[in-house]
Amino acid sequence: MQKRFMFVSILLFLLLITVACSNNQNTDQSSDKRETQKASETKENVELTISAAASLKDAMDVIQKTYQEEHPEVRLKFNFGASGSLQQQISQGAPVDLFFSAAEEKFELLVEKGTIAKEDGLDLLGNELVLVVPKEDQSIKGFENLVKEEISKISIGTPETVPAGKYAKESLEKMDVWKEVASKVVYAKDVRQVLSYVETGNVDAGIVYKTDALVSDKVEIVASADPATHTPIIYPIGVIKDSKQYDAAKEFYQYLQSDDALKVFEKYGFTAK
Amino acid sequence: MDLLLNSNFMQDFLSPIWLSMKIASISGVIVILIGTLIGRIFARRTFKGKAVLETILMLPMVLPPTVVGFFLIVIFGKNSIVGQAIEWIFKQPIIFTWWAAVIASIVVAFPLMYQSAKSGFQGVSLDIEEAARIDGANEWRIFLFISIPLASKVLISGSILSFARALGEFGATLMFAGNIPGETQTIPTAIYLAIDSGNMTMAWMWVISIIILSFIMLLIVRIKQE
Repeated sequence: MQKRFMFVSILLFLLLITVACSNNQNTDQSSDKRETQKASETKENVELTISAAASLKDAMDVIQKTYQEEHPEVRLKFNFGASGSLQQQISQGAPVDLFFSAAEEKFELLVEKGTIAKEDGLDLLGNELVLVVPKEDQSIKGFENLVKEEISKISIGTPETVPAGKYAKESLEKMDVWKEVASKVVYAKDVRQVLSYVETGNVDAGIVYKTDALVSDKVEIVASADPATHTPIIYPIGVIKDSKQYDAAKEFYQYLQSDDALKVFEKYGFTAK
Repeated sequence: MDLLLNSNFMQDFLSPIWLSMKIASISGVIVILIGTLIGRIFARRTFKGKAVLETILMLPMVLPPTVVGFFLIVIFGKNSIVGQAIEWIFKQPIIFTWWAAVIASIVVAFPLMYQSAKSGFQGVSLDIEEAARIDGANEWRIFLFISIPLASKVLISGSILSFARALGEFGATLMFAGNIPGETQTIPTAIYLAIDSGNMTMAWMWVISIIILSFIMLLIVRIKQE
């Protein structure tokens, strides 16, 4: 009997949460709708879906707010993920208006297929490779220190699957230190994992994007790799040709190239191309 | 406390939780109904190609969820007949809607329910069902009033396991429904994005929420099994 009572009360509790959340959501949505309706009686409402690399999230959140305030008739929806998955979704006909990729080759695939017209795409942002060390232990001052004997572990992304790892390897090779450090390298599945290794002090240093390094307050940037030593890191953006709101998408695409937008990206560590 | 009272923040925090509950509940109910029915059929009947069909149904459990997600966007995508039919009926593609997340959850949670239901029904003695049949009960009555009550323990734990699986579904959902905040972002995809953009506070809050939800459900399974 007691067990049954407990079972029922837990179910009721869950139901209560669901109802509480649902009310919240509904009222918020309807008030949102009313506001946008009021603000844009003349212009037709449009909803743009932008598939963007997850690393762009913080900057895009800021831009979304500013842009929606300036264009109350536009609602921006972001779909964040890994550039490869986003490209697959678009190839299979997902209703996306703009693609903001963190990998040039994934973007090129869509341009080659004709999903994005060549004149509707450009390299908007760049990024830098930096050497990061744990905040507590800053004995490493630059890439040349990595060969020192007391440095036992360095982390980079797996070069085959993680672009940042590929660039890091290229850079180390160009600097003529790769041979000496290769045995010390710990490969990670993504840049975030490299960062966690460094944050927790499990490795002596790691090579990540500047934008990722800036997010963490437990690591210190000690050096930037010379851009000439690796393939350029590029974030291309393009309007999808079949977009149902092509004009509105194009307008947002133009806005992203404006000084206002680029300033936001620079604040988060990106470089304007 | 300031953070908690901020309505914008609360909306950002609650919307994936609410959406996850909604998706898990709807897909849970569908999985429980279909899983019970198919479990019963497969437990009692043999027919040609049964082994093959069973294997196909169980596949989503062993395939990496991202692969399941990829299959789903191909099957329901614009380039397939199924996708075109759906777009023609609903005037919009299913990909990037929360229904896509429901479908993804159904596909990955189904094997759990099916497996439990099948072994549950296999444990019901044939003699009891036969006795009911001799007394004049038709197949539906036997199913509803004899088999289901006798297998109820297994069915309930199967239901809760598949609900929990639906709640935690990540890979296929991310691929098929996308990760659109406020529309298709569930707790797992929200956690992924929060960690990836370095927002550990939000990540932890969602992690704690999903742990509490899953803990309650797994606890119910334990209590029921005692």
